[in-house]
Amino acid sequence: MGNKILIADDEQNIVISLEFLMKREGFEVSIAVDGEEAVEKIRAEMPDLVLLDVMMPKKSGFEVCQEVKSDPALQSVRILMLTAKGRDTEVAKGLALGADAYMTKPFSTKELVERVRGMLAEG
Amino acid sequence: MDARARFAVAIVVLGLLMTGPFLISAALVWMSADPAEQQLMIDLIGPRLPVGALMTILGFAVGVAVVRNLFRQYVQGLLRMAEQQHLMLEANRDFRIEEKGPPEVCSLVRTTNALAQQRDELLRDVEAQITAAKRSVEEEKNRLAALMSELTQSVVVCNLEGRILLYNSRARQQFRALSDAPSVAGGGELIGLGRSIYTVFDRNLVAHALETIQHGLVSEHAAPVANFVTTGGAGQLLRVQMSPVLTGGGDSGQQPEAVRDMPGAATRSMTGFILMLDNITRNFENESRRDQMLHTLTEGNRAALANVRAAAEMLDYPDLDDALRQRFRGVIRDEVKAMSERLDETANEFADALKARWPLEEMLGADLIAAAQRRVEARIQVPTKLEEVDETLWIKVDSFSLLQALLYLVNRLSDEFEVREVRFRLSSAGRLVHLDLIWSGQAMSTETVMSWELEPMSFAGESSPLTVRDVIERHGGEMWLEREKVRHRAFFRIVLPAANPQEAVDSSLLARGEGRPEYYDFDLFKWSERSHGLDDRLLTELTYTVFDTETTGLNPSQGDEIIQIGATRIVNGKMLRQESFEQLVDPRRKLTPESIPIHGIQPEMLLGQPTIDKVLPAFHAFASDTVLIAHNAAFDMRFLQLKEKATGVVFDQPVLDTLLLSQVLHPHQESHRLDAIAERLNLHIVGRHTALGDAMVTAEIFLKMIPLLAEKGIRTLRDAREAAEKSYYARIKY
Repeated sequence: MGNKILIADDEQNIVISLEFLMKREGFEVSIAVDGEEAVEKIRAEMPDLVLLDVMMPKKSGFEVCQEVKSDPALQSVRILMLTAKGRDTEVAKGLALGADAYMTKPFSTKELVERVRGMLAEG
Repeated sequence: MDARARFAVAIVVLGLLMTGPFLISAALVWMSADPAEQQLMIDLIGPRLPVGALMTILGFAVGVAVVRNLFRQYVQGLLRMAEQQHLMLEANRDFRIEEKGPPEVCSLVRTTNALAQQRDELLRDVEAQITAAKRSVEEEKNRLAALMSELTQSVVVCNLEGRILLYNSRARQQFRALSDAPSVAGGGELIGLGRSIYTVFDRNLVAHALETIQHGLVSEHAAPVANFVTTGGAGQLLRVQMSPVLTGGGDSGQQPEAVRDMPGAATRSMTGFILMLDNITRNFENESRRDQMLHTLTEGNRAALANVRAAAEMLDYPDLDDALRQRFRGVIRDEVKAMSERLDETANEFADALKARWPLEEMLGADLIAAAQRRVEARIQVPTKLEEVDETLWIKVDSFSLLQALLYLVNRLSDEFEVREVRFRLSSAGRLVHLDLIWSGQAMSTETVMSWELEPMSFAGESSPLTVRDVIERHGGEMWLEREKVRHRAFFRIVLPAANPQEAVDSSLLARGEGRPEYYDFDLFKWSERSHGLDDRLLTELTYTVFDTETTGLNPSQGDEIIQIGATRIVNGKMLRQESFEQLVDPRRKLTPESIPIHGIQPEMLLGQPTIDKVLPAFHAFASDTVLIAHNAAFDMRFLQLKEKATGVVFDQPVLDTLLLSQVLHPHQESHRLDAIAERLNLHIVGRHTALGDAMVTAEIFLKMIPLLAEKGIRTLRDAREAAEKSYYARIKY
């Protein structure tokens, strides 16, 4: 398949699991550890999907999401937001800012993989 | 013609009546006789004339005596009686007329005395009734004042214009916390009888709350109240409950309760409102701490849980190589460890906040023990004694259930082990308090005794679904049994959380002046805002700030400065001793030694005091909306005015001067010094020569002057000002 996935999260302990998981699915994986790096890598690598954490240094996931979605050149990039904030209002905010999907931590890795597969199939 | 002249006329008339007819008939006989007969008459009567004259004089004397006597008894006697009646009427009510003189006069005296008697009885009756009525009103007022001061809640009552009619000392404390200048005016510039509540609360906020209540009244809501939360000056958070003061008087007052409460009776109109204030700053902090804790425990753990869960799920994959497997295990170990630490930290940090969930009250530990002693002795008839009781300890308890638990334990000790005496002990252990219930007697097994705490408490006809354990847990405490083998004693130790000592009500706020504090003035209900200026307001109905300053010297233009301001307030013709203002001021210059005996302020007393730019704004707020009064006001005003530029505080309210008013009242007196005036007006002076002391004397003098001025036709502020301007002293410039 060769889909490109960007994992943007500053927590090494989740990145290691996500990386393993995505590679195992046969995706090409790159990693960003803060908001700014995430935006740079999205522009440079044009990934098919970004696993985007909300709480990141330098730029929050919300900001990254807004920037990406407002750039027509990046239309094809799908965003799945991962967040440790479980409140309905925050889910609503993420979706309103253009995230394609939203998952609240802690999540089931199986569900995550299914969501990713589904989103890539749609695109 | 007075009585004496009438007496003289009566005597003359008597004389004429006695001699007149005889002389006239003698003259007539003389003229009708011929000379021979005349000669015969002379011969016949001549030698006997002295006898006739003597008889006439005798008769006249008897007549005069009779007239004089009649005059004494009837005319002078009645006159004297009239004077005595006058005396009875005015000077001496107890005087009674003596029964003297002829029976007619005596009967008049008796009637008069009886009338006086009747009048006295009536008067006494009226006086007694007035006294009784006054006493009952006074009692009611005192009861209300006592009730208000006991309330742990702050209560402020205002009329519809937002003027404060009543407040309690708790409210005063709370307002002190709201004050921007707590050290200077002690909140006195915010709370005070007749002051506007709008200096504390936004007018719109109050108006909105009033509207809500009006709405509730119209829709016949049972108890219309409005709640709002507002921020005070110093960032304090206040929760306010407003309820209306409804008319009970007037026409509606005559109606029976049932009629008044009937829908549509439409007599429930508002005359004022009651504010109950709650400073929730601390609650609010507690609540945000609790929120924060919840947040750390929930949201804060989401990310960590996600890491653990993902790593754990990765371990399920069979195609995992060993190095990765180790790394995932490492992730799980690290994350779980970090979560445990976070949990501990949170639990420690917020332990207090968790405990505070029960509605526990703060109480002096010694009070709880005293209550326990009383109840144990009364209900279970077991004598009690005290061992060391630390009287300074405050505990946070639900006293009802805790006392129940103690009683229950004593009851079982007495029933099952025949314990005949228990002792209490209270000691401090860091943030905890040990409450010990001690007894001596036969040995008992720990299991037996400790099983009591798991049974529902029931004793002496009281039963509760709670167990001792429930109660102890409710307090966030613990309980165990300990033995003192040497002394053959055992005790239950109950460990309770200590509380911070409650702020005791500042006694200086209560104790100033004698008697009951003037925290209320219901006459203010009658106030109404006049649209016209103060000029035409009566002197009796104005609010005054009476003040005095002590200064470094007499020449403000040459750098003399204020070192003390003292002021008191007059509202509705009463001086409010509680609402005074007294503040020393750092003059930022040296005191001259010769001035020290005058004001009695030593240089070291001024160290660390606020400077005038801090004090004047507070004093300005204290004096806002009032008329200023000072003795020799020109002097004090000059000091205030010279500071206008530097402080930006302008005192532009009307000013009255008791010195000038005294000159108006007694233009021929030499001295118009404060002492001299006070002496003239029969005022006893205590505590003079401090700014506040002098201000109070000035206030009392002014209050005495108001009726005297009214006698001279000076009734309004305008009258007073114009009269003062005309007076001689007004021409002297300071």
